[in-house]
Amino acid sequence: MALSGLEIYKLLPRTNCGDCDFPTCLAFAMKLAAKQAELADCPYVTDEAKVELEAASQPPVRLITLSSNGHKVEAGNETVLFRHEKRFFHKCGLFVRVKDTDDLEAVKNVASEVDGFTVDYVGLDLELDGMAVEAASGDPDTFAECVEAVRSATEKPLILIGSDPDVLKAGVASLTAKASGTVPLLYGATPENWESMAALAKKADVPLGVRPGGGLEELAELTEQVKGAGVQNIVLDPAARDFAGTLTRMTQMRRLALKKNFRPLGYPIITFPGEGAEGPEEEVVLASQHIAKYGGFIVLDHFSQASAYPLLVFRENVFTDPQEPIQVEPGLYEINDPTPDSPVMITTNFSITYFSVANEVESAGVPGWLIVADAEGMSVLTAWAAGEFDADRIAKSVNATGVADKIDHQKLVIPGHVAVLSGELEEELPGWDILVGPREAVDLPAFLKLGNE
Amino acid sequence: MTVEIPVEKWPGQVREITLGATADEGGTRSHTVTVGGETTLPFLHFEGEIPHPPVVGIEIASRRPDDWSPLLLETWSDVVDDPAAWAKAAEEAGADILLLTLSLEDSVDDATSAVRQVLEACDLPLIVFGPGQADKDNELIVPVAEEGAGERLVLGVCEEKNYRTIVAAALAHDHLVNSRTPMDVNLAKQLIILIHDMGLPLEQILMDPTTGALGYGIEYGYSVMERLRLAALQGDSMTQQPMLVTPGEEAWKAKEAKVGDDVPAEWGDWGERAINWETLTATSLIQSGADLVVLRHPETVQRVQKTIDALMAEAGEPELVAA
Ligand code: B12
Ligand code: SF4
Repeated sequence: MALSGLEIYKLLPRTNCGDCDFPTCLAFAMKLAAKQAELADCPYVTDEAKVELEAASQPPVRLITLSSNGHKVEAGNETVLFRHEKRFFHKCGLFVRVKDTDDLEAVKNVASEVDGFTVDYVGLDLELDGMAVEAASGDPDTFAECVEAVRSATEKPLILIGSDPDVLKAGVASLTAKASGTVPLLYGATPENWESMAALAKKADVPLGVRPGGGLEELAELTEQVKGAGVQNIVLDPAARDFAGTLTRMTQMRRLALKKNFRPLGYPIITFPGEGAEGPEEEVVLASQHIAKYGGFIVLDHFSQASAYPLLVFRENVFTDPQEPIQVEPGLYEINDPTPDSPVMITTNFSITYFSVANEVESAGVPGWLIVADAEGMSVLTAWAAGEFDADRIAKSVNATGVADKIDHQKLVIPGHVAVLSGELEEELPGWDILVGPREAVDLPAFLKLGNE
Repeated sequence: MTVEIPVEKWPGQVREITLGATADEGGTRSHTVTVGGETTLPFLHFEGEIPHPPVVGIEIASRRPDDWSPLLLETWSDVVDDPAAWAKAAEEAGADILLLTLSLEDSVDDATSAVRQVLEACDLPLIVFGPGQADKDNELIVPVAEEGAGERLVLGVCEEKNYRTIVAAALAHDHLVNSRTPMDVNLAKQLIILIHDMGLPLEQILMDPTTGALGYGIEYGYSVMERLRLAALQGDSMTQQPMLVTPGEEAWKAKEAKVGDDVPAEWGDWGERAINWETLTATSLIQSGADLVVLRHPETVQRVQKTIDALMAEAGEPELVAA
């Protein structure tokens, strides 16, 4: 937890020598606390004070980064238990697991399916983050071969899973030999193997997952041991697998990290929802629990589009900034190369609203002019209820876009939900015909086609 | 190393509320359903009591709801034309309670006879919602309250615009209401206060903070519910009502659930996607404090109930990963 200016002051030399370019040590301490100065600017801080200050400036949940070939997944650095308190910052990584005992072709197929999966949600390209490869065979060569097969199908980050350090080593070697800058996650260190696992992680300079034999005490002990062996980047396995158990453990871990600044558990959490679920249908539900309740890296055992899509959308929703709705730029949007006789429609600049309208019109192949009003990023009805999408605003948006010069008619289609505005709008926009469109965007293409006939 | 697990000492508790009435209590239900009573955040058994698991309702309609997804209409098949048959089918599908939604086209007779038929066809406690337009809701719900006297129905939709009429009907015939406000902590509180001021006991008010579907504003509903539940546990009396939400209605409005044609190929299999859409919408709201969720698809009901069972199982020693 960050120290206050006064707490920092107590750790400074308190001689007020002014070499830091601040008149007093206290002034310097205040700037440090506000992150407007660098500790290095004081030449006289003792080494002990340095260690203490640096430790205190660490985030309560350490940021862990996996990377390869320009792809990156980061988890950690979270500061709150509930998203409304501020926001959740780093979207948890979603991975799909294969085993080296699976048929190699099948492994490659899954990896390329996962790799190629991109789905558009309100203009964002949502994707899974990478693959997890498990050394189930116990044989170094088999594992290395499987890692290479996965690598041939995807360049995304990897998690290497196994309990035998010699086997994992073969996988790490086959990865890092090929590309520099590749940082997989090694999983994992147990009470039995932690020494050699930590040595391997340290040598390869990659993060290490730790799995205790029991509860949070064992987990904390294990992370301290691993850290003592020189591994800084650690990922925690809560050891629970079921719904209630993971919820409890992961909540306790996040609370300990944030509220008690308990260092041994101040790392992101890895989960395996497939191991706590009875089948793919249940795995999706448990994975969504882990997305909302403190998972950092989530390893799925099944991939299907119909479950990956909702999970990715859920992750997006949970990790948006509650203070700021996802918005699009207000203005005039041209859909399917509109001409002067194409219809003019108006909507709000809430991304979900804009894209549900734009996607319908676009995929139906109907040309049109879509005016996006600045409604503070709110949906049609919300904006209307909040006074951000009234006749006055709509008229101003229509005039500001200059759409009138681009068309040879004066017809404006408004959302069916705000039909009540049509009378007032005809007054605000003299000469325009106000047409009340359907309530839902799905029905818009049919409505527009009808108008063309 | 000792690890001291932070445990919150919450001064507050969610109110216990009972829906339905048995013959002894003046109704005709075979059993009642009680929700609420929590003294901790959802499913944190190490911290407090969760005396009643969240319950799952199924929504049925007084007449064939043509605007519902074809997937739903196909699944329920013939029963959608007959509220009594639908009620029976929903009970068999495992619902804990039923929500009967009346239609804009219903006359008063249509509405009361649908309620009567449903009560006769099944044993579950019943929620009755008007079509969601204040005037029409008032017109239909008042006679419905009389028709269902003694049954301890939940009457709705009870909003700022029409709460006086709906609450008066609940008072006259000893029913409950759902206090619905648009995703806002203060509005939720205020409406509870107004309803309570009319004389309806707090034991007869469910809090309905409204929600959005996955991908369509669920994050707002999710966070408002977390805030309301935290307020309740911190002791704010007017937020201590059990929460009712309708993720089924919301999820099935979303294109991802509603339609199968002309959608991106990456959305995957329609049936599975739709069920996932409704399931995740519901389970995440349960995790943020919902005591009562109303769903539309029988398969979702199964999945959500399984999730609730798993979450109610006290967290024991962890299942360890096989090496
Ligand atoms: C999410 C939400 C919020 C979020 C805001 C999200 C946002 N960024 O907009 C929050 C929680 C902040 C919020 C706040 C409020 N909300 Co609000 N909110 C909702 C909710 C649940 C969903 C809205 C949504 O996102 N819909 C999805 C989008 C895509 O829908 P849409 O914009 O309408 O677009 C669709 C159609 O309109 C159509 N369409 C869009 N553009 C066009 C254009 C044309 C030409 C055509 C033909 C069609 C078309 O296509 C889209 C898809 O079909 C609704 C209830 C509900 N379940 O619908 C209430 C709702 C809109 N809110 C409501 C209210 C009253 C409010 C508040 C005023 C409450 C308050 N007093 O605090 C505030 C106002 C905000 C403020 N003062 O700052 C009311 C509005 C009531 C009314 N009829 O007037 C609603 C309906 C809830 C209710 N039943 O009471 N809200
Ligand atoms: S340089 Fe160091 S000792 Fe000197 S005033 Fe600044 S903080 Fe104090």
